[in-house]
Amino acid sequence: MPRRDDIASVLVIGSGPIVIGQAAEFDYSGTQACRVLRSEGLRVILINSNPATIMTDPDVADATYIEPITPEFIEKVIAHERPDALLATLGGQTALNAAVDLAAAGVLERYGVELIGASIEAIDKGENRETFKKIVESLPARWEAEVASSAICHSMQECLSAADALGYPVVVRPSFTMGGSGSGMAYDAHDLRRIAGAGLAASPTTEVLLEESILGWKEYELEVMRDKADNVVIVCSIENLDPMGVHTGDSITVAPAMTLTDREYQRMRDVAIGVIREVGVDTGGCNIQFAVHPDNGRLVVIEMNPRVSRSSALASKATGFPIAKIAAKVAIGYTLDEIPNDITAKTPASFEPTLDYVVVKVPRFAFEKFPAADPTLTTHMKSVGEAMAIGRNFTEALNKALRSLERPQAVFSWVGEPGDKDDLLQRSRTPHDGRLSLVMDAIRAGASTEEIFDATAIDPWFVDQLMLINEVAATVAGADELTPAMLRLAKRHGLSDAQIGGLRDLREDVVRGVRHALGVRPVFKTVDTCAAEFAARTPYHYSCYDEESEVQPRTKPAVLILGSGPNRIGQGIEFDYSCVHAALALSDAGYETVMVNCNPETVSTDYDTSDRLYFEPLTLEDVLEVFHAEQAAGPVAGVVVQLGGQTPLALAAALEAEGAPIVGTSPAAIDLAENRGEFGRVLAAAGLPAPKHAMATSFTHAKAIAHEIGYPVLVRPSYVLGGRGMEIVYDDDALADYIGRSTHISPDHPVLVDRFLDDAVEIDVDAIFDGETLYLGGVMEHIEEAGVHSGDSSCTLPPITLGREEIERIRTSTEAIARGVGVLGLLNVQYALTSDVLYVLEANPRASRTVPFVSKATAVPLAKAAARVMLGESIESLRLAGVLPMHGDGGDLSPDAPVAVKEAVMPFNRFRTFEGKAVDTVLGPEMRSTGEVMGIDARFGTAFAKAQAGAQDGLPTSGQVFVSVANRDKRHMIFPIKRLADLGFEILATSGTAAILHRNGVESTVIRKLREEHAAGEQRPRSIVDKIFDGEIGLIVNTPHGVTSGGSPRVDGYEIRTAAVARNVPCITTVQGLGAAVQGIEALLAGDIGVRSLQDWAALLQADGEVGRGH
Amino acid sequence: MRAPSEAVLVLQDGRTFRGQAYGAIGETVGEAVFCTAMTGYQETLTDPSYRRQVVVMTSPHIGNTGINDEDGESRQVWVAGFVVRDPARVPSSWRSRRTLGEELQTQGVVGISGVDTRALTRHLRERGSMCVGISSTSTDADALLAKVRQAPPMAGADLVDEVTTPHAYVVPAVGQRLFTVAAIDLGIKAMTPTLLAERGIEVHVLPATSTIEDVLSVEPDGVFFSNGPGDPATAMHPTELLRQVLARRIPYFGICFGNQILGRALGLGTYKLKYGHRGINQPVKDLTTGKVEVTSHNHGFAVAWPGREHGHSAIETEFGRAVVTHVCLNDDVVEGLALLDAPAFSVQYHPEAASGPHDAAYLFDRFIQVMEAERDA
Repeated sequence: MPRRDDIASVLVIGSGPIVIGQAAEFDYSGTQACRVLRSEGLRVILINSNPATIMTDPDVADATYIEPITPEFIEKVIAHERPDALLATLGGQTALNAAVDLAAAGVLERYGVELIGASIEAIDKGENRETFKKIVESLPARWEAEVASSAICHSMQECLSAADALGYPVVVRPSFTMGGSGSGMAYDAHDLRRIAGAGLAASPTTEVLLEESILGWKEYELEVMRDKADNVVIVCSIENLDPMGVHTGDSITVAPAMTLTDREYQRMRDVAIGVIREVGVDTGGCNIQFAVHPDNGRLVVIEMNPRVSRSSALASKATGFPIAKIAAKVAIGYTLDEIPNDITAKTPASFEPTLDYVVVKVPRFAFEKFPAADPTLTTHMKSVGEAMAIGRNFTEALNKALRSLERPQAVFSWVGEPGDKDDLLQRSRTPHDGRLSLVMDAIRAGASTEEIFDATAIDPWFVDQLMLINEVAATVAGADELTPAMLRLAKRHGLSDAQIGGLRDLREDVVRGVRHALGVRPVFKTVDTCAAEFAARTPYHYSCYDEESEVQPRTKPAVLILGSGPNRIGQGIEFDYSCVHAALALSDAGYETVMVNCNPETVSTDYDTSDRLYFEPLTLEDVLEVFHAEQAAGPVAGVVVQLGGQTPLALAAALEAEGAPIVGTSPAAIDLAENRGEFGRVLAAAGLPAPKHAMATSFTHAKAIAHEIGYPVLVRPSYVLGGRGMEIVYDDDALADYIGRSTHISPDHPVLVDRFLDDAVEIDVDAIFDGETLYLGGVMEHIEEAGVHSGDSSCTLPPITLGREEIERIRTSTEAIARGVGVLGLLNVQYALTSDVLYVLEANPRASRTVPFVSKATAVPLAKAAARVMLGESIESLRLAGVLPMHGDGGDLSPDAPVAVKEAVMPFNRFRTFEGKAVDTVLGPEMRSTGEVMGIDARFGTAFAKAQAGAQDGLPTSGQVFVSVANRDKRHMIFPIKRLADLGFEILATSGTAAILHRNGVESTVIRKLREEHAAGEQRPRSIVDKIFDGEIGLIVNTPHGVTSGGSPRVDGYEIRTAAVARNVPCITTVQGLGAAVQGIEALLAGDIGVRSLQDWAALLQADGEVGRGH
Repeated sequence: MRAPSEAVLVLQDGRTFRGQAYGAIGETVGEAVFCTAMTGYQETLTDPSYRRQVVVMTSPHIGNTGINDEDGESRQVWVAGFVVRDPARVPSSWRSRRTLGEELQTQGVVGISGVDTRALTRHLRERGSMCVGISSTSTDADALLAKVRQAPPMAGADLVDEVTTPHAYVVPAVGQRLFTVAAIDLGIKAMTPTLLAERGIEVHVLPATSTIEDVLSVEPDGVFFSNGPGDPATAMHPTELLRQVLARRIPYFGICFGNQILGRALGLGTYKLKYGHRGINQPVKDLTTGKVEVTSHNHGFAVAWPGREHGHSAIETEFGRAVVTHVCLNDDVVEGLALLDAPAFSVQYHPEAASGPHDAAYLFDRFIQVMEAERDA
């Protein structure tokens, strides 16, 4: 059955911005799908609001719409493109929900668009808990498949009575949400009110499921693939080390399953296949989760996702079986036996991968960004990224995965005393980030396997593996000397040189030197889907300490590209984007590209992206071994470190010292830019102003500096990415508090104290410098004032309020910095413009977070150009080669160029404080967004409105607006609020704000804030918070009052902002944002907003360039 | 940690791997084969088809679920030796009764752990199956190599008599008895009579030496030939017995060895594969329905189909037209045969699974249908 010939064009829906629970994995799957469909000759139309993705690169689809993923905008795209089919199973829950909405609204029928992959009926059967339960119960009795006892509830009253019947604790699961949003475990009625309340609100169908607790059971997942001929294969089994109770996205997971007999595994397989058939997922991948009772094997089916998921991406990387690619092929009619297995090329995809290695995935959390949040792990996903490692056994894979996290505390350490056993066991009872280290400490303190199982319900096999690691560590510590046999033992269980050094009180480089001298080096094996039964064609490697290496010799010069490791706030998919572009560009330029990375979600770790892939931790030790292996295989032209963010950059100097040829900006120049003193001299030499600043090594020192510069000051540790630990402080007390919390201050770890520029416009620039010529990629103007982290700030390109003269100043300054620092490749500079002075805030000689946004907005592949510059090409030659435009650059866009607005997406709704309340949402210098969207249109207001619609529910066009602003903002809010009133909005305001509005001729209704007192016995008046929760408010304007002290936000406004998050009401927290919102609302009210593909915009830009530039 | 005693593994072509002793201490020689299954080592070890073979498990962690009292496929462990990378120290399964290491020791099976099983597997893939020796009593690789080179090859080995049941026994039908089947034990796995019995078949398991009279004496509605070890070309008696069954038009179903015997009974040849199929992830296409099933395999030999370059068109045999019904999609090896003019069919792989997926269980139903059709006729 070859592919269907009745489909000529397909609309693919992406997953939108990166949020917790829906991340880069959907870029990976979507990109694969688009490429497959195009290679089959179909016209591929893509809609995705996330510019930081590879899938939205204009050459991945025929028509790429960076537009909000809402039914309205998708319908516009459908009306314009008239696709034959819609594929929604590769864009996560967002795409699936959009497809359901489109079908419900009759759009698909109206335009004759066929939903392929999974039907609406199948989506509903899989996601509707009641029908799903019936399906599981209808399976053959001998499989003994069950679902947990449960009740569907649509109101709080139903929840309370159902919980009484089921018995506490109960699990709360809202229907149709992603990443377990709104779900949790309720131990009593009080918990239940809180969790089910949020769950009912989060569910688009106001429906939650209450379920008997299966806490502590063993947890498994199967990845299933089906074609239209009903051929079904299990791609991968995954076992969670953390038992039931922790969301699988937050669990340490292992592939393949480790503790199932064949009978249990095959029964699970039968059930999975039975479910996918009954649900009726016609074609494609789906994921099904199981719980197994550890004492009797009772098998409970938890849920199934009738689409590609986070686990599918993991399973694809873990097995070499590209689930999304195959899902796209079966969606257009192929059967599995007609699709070749890429890796072997000779065998078909209708088989089940078998592994001769172990894969471990560990989550990465960002609780340090949300100090008020409760770090307990629940069924509500909280991790922001993950690292995967491959080893020949579990211990090796686990240790590699833990060091891939780049968090020192995540790696097992035997330095110091472990602490009290009972205390450690007690603390291990609650799952949280870092529990595994506590478990290891408990083992060190003498805990038995039984004691650890009792405390954690972690399967005894896994506990014994931890015991094994501890025994190996003891052997290493107790040995007389480092022998080859002992090193080999340590290495075969994954201990790093640093860990061995810690055990023997040796420096890491000394251990490495001894190890190399003794000839103990890793070999590299291949991920081949078939446990070596057939020869692999694809060099997808991992290290281990076995005998035989499979790295093939080569003749072409290789370039190693170091990726960015696990996603985290501040270092996300944007860096992977640049790495992927470098791989593509350098491959085109004739190099053999070698990717090193450990993030399973990404496009960079697709075995198709580079010529060779090493799935390895990004530590000095692991990267050096890859370098060594590749050097032995053939010439190495260079190592690229400036595209993957701070992770590879931090390795640059050490790699260079070990003889690796770092290409592009030299490690010395990178260091120079990071060093405040030296960088200050570069600025001084070029005559560029910077805010007054100094480096403090103690509190007294810092205070003296602050007094000299004058408050407010911006304080932060040196060497940071994503504004880690950055705060604005307004007085001595706040400074003391900051220093107190920032315990690392010392001459080695100084704190930077900067003058904070109030009321400045912040500007971000991305540029490429080849040593002679500067290519100004783009100038972005922040919408929020300086002080909000650039990653959290919305920005616009081209800048909407900067004139030609200012941009020329920016160009000159940027070039001076590039020259002064010695940049070769990409450079990002942040400026602040205030009182007509252009201050240089910081310069980063590397790929920035905004590279993909700039590339999309200006239709120029900056990262590709930069990669080639790093390997010696000039801007001029790249213009001639057509990589860069022949004339002009991102600084002199035509006045008719489209305006692109980037908006950040915040994860506040994922976190709760210890008291169970939402965490505060005020923006500050510490970056906390997980992702971004882009809105692009001819005018700023429309582009801004699109960005808002993409980032959240969008701006309202009528209804009630609540206004409460800080005193310093009152003057600036009058005009925009008046405009909103003129546009027909009803204004609600707190008394102070209302009085000022009244004096300015804007009538508003006074409303109480929650915290306002009322007399005893008086009927409690409805507060703004009540109205927000009741869905009456369409827009909130709330700028934080006064000064925050000690990093803890003032209670003032806190409940309002958190209520806004809970109900997804747009909440504007800066006056500048208010101005932009008013423009956006005006654009919405002005009438029909159109959609236009990037390809069409590019054609327009090009035409403009030919006419407008060339002067 | 206690240092385990050393062990050495030597292949016939001299390649040597060193590791640690696992299971019984001793020395063993056999044919080196690799199995790619990630689950079901207990079933693998107790599968009589592995007689005189040293099994290399490609999956690194073996023994994680221990040994239980239910999952054995026969009365003992049959493998000649066992090669693993990371044996479990602590088993974890509520059904586990003892550790795998203990079981191997009790049954005197010599093993080795800690070797680069992937390198070994790649070697066997590239060079083909060959003899191997494991020793945990001496680490003298040269001495072991000499012994390995003297070992008899698998081609030409007649091993059925070593594994077949000495006495006939009956596995009663579950529920109402619908049919009676004579199952010739050439190395039968326990799951096969279990699955037959579940379908209402009273299974008379007979020794491999049974005559046609022995078979007829149970008044069978059908005859079944099981899997088994060794070279089918040596199985003269079973082949002759099957010819007599076919001549009497008694419905026939064969698995694995039983498939090769059918081929030979039809006058086809059998040949040794370079390194065989051993795993539970093999894609087999049922040419009669076009469906693909994921199947359990354990075979080193296969049926040679004449004129393969012209596809799998029907051929004439003494018992009428024969067709290929199943092929392996990985390498196009013949995986199933059927007669068009007589009630007989067989598959090269393992529909009884154990270990492995249950996709091919429909073949037992097909056997029922064949017997029903023949009875009705």
